[in-house]
Amino acid sequence: MARPLMLTIMRLLTPTLEFDMLVFIETLINGLLLGALYALFGMGLSLSLGVMRMINIAHGDFIVLGAYLSSVIVMSTDLGPLASLLLLLPLMFVIGWLLQVVLFNRVVGRDPLSPLLLTFGLSIVIQNLLQEGFSADTRSLPAGDLALQGVELGGMSIGVLPLISAAISIAVFWFINRLIHRSPVGAAVRAVADDQETARLVGVNDKRLFAYMTGLILVTVGIASVLYGMRTPFSPASGPERLIFSFEAVVLGGLGNLWGTFIGGLIIGVSQLFGARIDTGLGPFFGHLVFLLALIARPQGLFKGGKS
Amino acid sequence: MLEVNSLSAYYGLFQALFDVDLRVEEGECISLIGANGAGKTTLMRALVGALKVDSASVLFEGQPVGGQSERQQLARGVTLVPEGRRLFPSLTVRENIELAQHHGRPGKWDAELLFQELPALAEVQNRMSTELSGGQQQLVAISRALVTNPRLLLCDEISLGLSPYAVDEVYRLLNRARKDGMSVVLVEQNVQRALAEADRFYCIQKGRVVLDGPAADADHHAVANAYFGV
Ligand SMILES: Nc1ncnc2c1ncn2[C@@H]1O[C@H](COP(=O)(O)OP(=O)(O)O)[C@@H](O)[C@H]1O
Ligand SMILES: [Mg+2]
Repeated sequence: MARPLMLTIMRLLTPTLEFDMLVFIETLINGLLLGALYALFGMGLSLSLGVMRMINIAHGDFIVLGAYLSSVIVMSTDLGPLASLLLLLPLMFVIGWLLQVVLFNRVVGRDPLSPLLLTFGLSIVIQNLLQEGFSADTRSLPAGDLALQGVELGGMSIGVLPLISAAISIAVFWFINRLIHRSPVGAAVRAVADDQETARLVGVNDKRLFAYMTGLILVTVGIASVLYGMRTPFSPASGPERLIFSFEAVVLGGLGNLWGTFIGGLIIGVSQLFGARIDTGLGPFFGHLVFLLALIARPQGLFKGGKS
Repeated sequence: MLEVNSLSAYYGLFQALFDVDLRVEEGECISLIGANGAGKTTLMRALVGALKVDSASVLFEGQPVGGQSERQQLARGVTLVPEGRRLFPSLTVRENIELAQHHGRPGKWDAELLFQELPALAEVQNRMSTELSGGQQQLVAISRALVTNPRLLLCDEISLGLSPYAVDEVYRLLNRARKDGMSVVLVEQNVQRALAEADRFYCIQKGRVVLDGPAADADHHAVANAYFGV
C-alpha cells in the first residue's frame, strides 16, 4: 500500500527522468548533506534574531569574507583550508566582538529598522572592500584530494567532503544548543532573549553578552565559510545569495528555534538538488519555491512553539 | 540610607514624576500609595536605574547615584521585584533564581536557603516558571530578588491577582527577609495592607507626593482622598 504511493510520489518528483531508486536516494542524501551546510549558514542568523532581535543583512557577506580570509591564510602559510580554521576562527571572533561593541550595540533593542539599515550598509561596504582587495574574479579554497574522494555505498558514490561538512555542521549545532540550554551563560542568553529589560534588572550585562554572542556567531560563520569555499567557487558578490539560503533555513524552521533552523536547511538543500535533477539551472529556484509553499502553509515556520 | 530629592522622570516629552522627595531609613518599610498611573512604578524603575534621572536626585548613603545602571544599583544593594513578576519563561525556576544570584551581591540568601524556606518551591525547582501557579510565581520573583542580597528591596504590586492565602505567603517570605535589617519599599493596591506592613507611607498622585507620614497613625480618610484625588 505504502510502496506504490511512494513510487507515484517519486515519479512526480522526477518527471523527466526514468525513475531510478538509486538516483532518488543519492539525490536525497546529497541534498541532506548540502542542506546541513545551509543550516550552518543559517545558524548565525538564527542566533542573532533569537537573542538580539536583530537581522544581519550582511550575514552572507561575512560568509564570503570568511572564505577570502581563509584563502589569504592558505596562500600565506602552508596550512590547508581546514587547518586555516585555527587562525580564522579567533580572527572571526574578534571581528564579531568589535562589530557589536563599535556598531551594533548602538542600534539593538531600539526599532527593528535601524539594525536592518546599518547592516544593509555594511553589506555594501564589505562587498566593495572585497572587490577592491581581491578583484571581482571568482576563487575557491583548495580542497585537494578531499574534493575527489567518495565513499561507495550500494552502487552510489557519496562525496567525502560533503560528509565531513555535514558532520561538522551537526557537531556545531549540538555544541551551540548545549551551550544555550545547559550552561549558566546559556541561561543568561535565554533570559535576554525572553526579556531584555528584566535581564538587566537581575544584573545581566546585556551589551557585553551581545558582544560575545556576535563573536560566537562569526565563529560559526567562519566554519561555514571554509566548508563553503572548499565546495563552491565564490566572488565578492556571492554574499546576498548566501544570505537568502540562510534566511530561508531560519524562517522555514521557525524563528528562534535552532534545531528548526537545522531542519529548515536540510529541506532547502534537498529541494535544490531535486530541482537541479529536473533542470540543472533550476536548483535554487526550486529551493525558493518549496520555501514559499511551506511559508504559505505554515507562516509561523514548521517548528514554531519549540524553545529557542 | 536612601534619599530622593526633587526627582523628576520623563518618558520622552511626557513628565511622569514631579519633584518627588522621599527617604528610606535602614531597616525601614515604606509604602507608596496611589491610583493606577500615579507614577509608583516609574519611581521604582528610576531608583533601580531602569530609567535615567538626574544624578543628584537619588542619594544612596549620601552618594549621588541617580541615573546609574541597573548593575551598579544592584551591586549597591538596590533590587526591584518588577510589576507582573516578569519571570523568564525559557528558564526553570532554579535557573531564574541562580541567574540573579550569580549577578547579585554575595550574602546570606542563596537558592539553597530559599528552597529550604520554601519546600513547595524546592519541589518544582526544575520546572519551567510558566508552569507554576500565580502565587508560586510571585514567590520565585521575590526569591530571585532576595538572592541578590539587597539592602533595599523594591516590591511592585507583589500581591496583585493572588488568592488571600498566597498573599499571606508572599508577605511571610518578605517579613522573614526583613528580620536581617533589609529596607523595603512597597507598592500595594490594598491600602489597609499597605499601611499595616509599613512604618511610613507616601501618597502619590499624578506624579507628585501629596501626603506622607507614619503608617500607624495614618488618617484613612485623608489617605483615601489622596488616593482618589478628591
Ligand atoms: N513606558 C512608558 N512610556 C510612556 N509613558 C509611560 C510609560 N510607562 C508609564 N507611563 C506613564 O507614566 C505614568 C505613570 O505610570 P506608572 O509609573 O506605571 O504608574 P503606576 O505604577 O502608579 O500605576 C502614567 O501616566 C503612564 O501612562
Ligand atoms: Mg505600576
